[in-house]
Amino acid sequence: MQSATEIKRQSLKGFEKFKFSTTLWWKKFGTPTLFLAPFLILMIIFIVMPVLISMYLSLTNFNMIQPAKWMGIANYRVLLTDDDIFLIALKNTFIFAGITGPLTYIMTFLAAWVIDQLKFRNAFALAFYAPSITNAIAMSVVWMMLFSSDRYGYINYALFHFGVITEPVLWTKDPAYILWVVIIIQVWMSMGSGFLVVLAGLRNLPPALFEAGSIDGIKNRFQELWYLIIPNVMPQLLFSAIMTIVSSLSVFDVPTQVAGMPSPNYSAHTIIAHLYDYAFIRFQMGYASAIAVFLFLLSFTLSRISFKVFAPRD
Amino acid sequence: MRTNNSAFEIINGKFHINFRWLLVYTIMLALVAFTALPLVYLVSTAFKPFEELFLFPPRFFVRRPTLKNFGDLVISLSGTTVPFTRYIFNSVFITIVNVTLTILVSSMGAYAISKHNIPGSKIVFGIVIAALTFPGHVTSIPTYMTVASLGLLNTYWALIIPKIAVPYNFFLMKQFIDQFPNELLESARMDGANEWTTFWKIVMPAVKPAWATLLVLSFTGNWNDSSAALLYTNKQAMKVLPLALQTIAGGAAASSLARAGASAAASFLMTAPTIIIFVTMQAQVMTTMAYSGIKS
Repeated sequence: MQSATEIKRQSLKGFEKFKFSTTLWWKKFGTPTLFLAPFLILMIIFIVMPVLISMYLSLTNFNMIQPAKWMGIANYRVLLTDDDIFLIALKNTFIFAGITGPLTYIMTFLAAWVIDQLKFRNAFALAFYAPSITNAIAMSVVWMMLFSSDRYGYINYALFHFGVITEPVLWTKDPAYILWVVIIIQVWMSMGSGFLVVLAGLRNLPPALFEAGSIDGIKNRFQELWYLIIPNVMPQLLFSAIMTIVSSLSVFDVPTQVAGMPSPNYSAHTIIAHLYDYAFIRFQMGYASAIAVFLFLLSFTLSRISFKVFAPRD
Repeated sequence: MRTNNSAFEIINGKFHINFRWLLVYTIMLALVAFTALPLVYLVSTAFKPFEELFLFPPRFFVRRPTLKNFGDLVISLSGTTVPFTRYIFNSVFITIVNVTLTILVSSMGAYAISKHNIPGSKIVFGIVIAALTFPGHVTSIPTYMTVASLGLLNTYWALIIPKIAVPYNFFLMKQFIDQFPNELLESARMDGANEWTTFWKIVMPAVKPAWATLLVLSFTGNWNDSSAALLYTNKQAMKVLPLALQTIAGGAAASSLARAGASAAASFLMTAPTIIIFVTMQAQVMTTMAYSGIKS
């Protein structure tokens, strides 16, 4: 048993130690801490705290005027069992992400692999990357002319011309086509920083690697790809996988531009569209936070899985 | 050795066609057509005179280019209270300030984490990596509440402060500064340089490819972003270029034919700067990106 004075002395000692170490900290890490401070403070205010606050708000009923009222998991229960439109948004997001995600991920890697072996590779890289840095609103001007739902649309005109159709296709109005138009545009915009990172990783592979490979009996380009290249660009592949997961789950701008919000029969409604609808149109911040947390957990979990998949194996 | 393969080659003075590579180049050029044609069309349309915009059958390329659409663009908003130049100013101003601040803040922080063993560095970098793995939209509600409670709605601050600390920028900078040799820092300190001088005079010039890359990425991100202005401002005078374009292309006057040329011109103004800035910096970007892998 410790006496009260003993405890007091120990806690004082602890306090002195603390005081001592802040001075030492300042001496040793003062300037670097100041260097880090602006980023760290902004990241805490605008990323770390918001994630935590969203988790709290998702368990409340909150409209920004009255104080938040504790609801437990009620928001999540409504979201996952009662909100038919959320289930449509979820289904659409999964279809968009499920098709564009794997497709663009494989395309990104294959395109980088092929371009790395071609002449004029900077020009090829530019042509593939440029769509990803365009703005969805600016490009919608082009898409609206291409996919216009009357005879004047370029695609309808071409299909008429070759006798494929007799009635104009309602590309941006018929729910059955909206999905595909969005997917085509998303694929068009998909060669982003993940593509550049893989391309740069391939370019920086040491020539010695390939010389050693030919001694070890690598016969063709596909063996080379499988045994030499892929194991050596794992970090770039992981980065690209995470970029693909995050961007395919954030589908929002393109469907909104193409089909409007709300879209016909909610055919282009996505998780983020639902989030914005509840947060900034209806101001049901508690419920909207539950959507945000759901998206956070989904994206975070998928990314964690890719960390495991791309972990170095010996 | 790996070579860059050509579809045509001259061996012993004779011209050969390598059909396998010819096929590869053909497929790749078809894909280039898929990625590039919408952009070519965008450029071409921006310079089309009125009668070419509404030709039937439609024509892809412009035949008699004109700058009239850009004039129409300025005129199309002249009747409204906010002139088109205001949107351009907003976009340019916000982009320049954000790019400058994010480069400064990210590279200072990345240098501190990379080259000084501050206790807790690993945790900070762990948070940065974790923040790469979910969409930024997740934090939009509390961020909105913070901006609102600080009284920043409808100010330029609202369009700048929440967008300075970008985890990806920090990550990229840190990965690149990691490559910088510690010996050079040691010798600079021996010569009596303080931390600020070391950072500013020695590290920053050496990591030029990294901040050139941030310049490109951050310029693109800010120039294209319309959601901040949409959420944090409700005054027309605070809106940015993409939202002005939306007003011109859509809105009440959407059916007005005169707007088609103006919106094509505005789309061109939105798109051209990002591509030009990437082309200028492409070499630096490719140098930096090689270090952007994540080791799991």
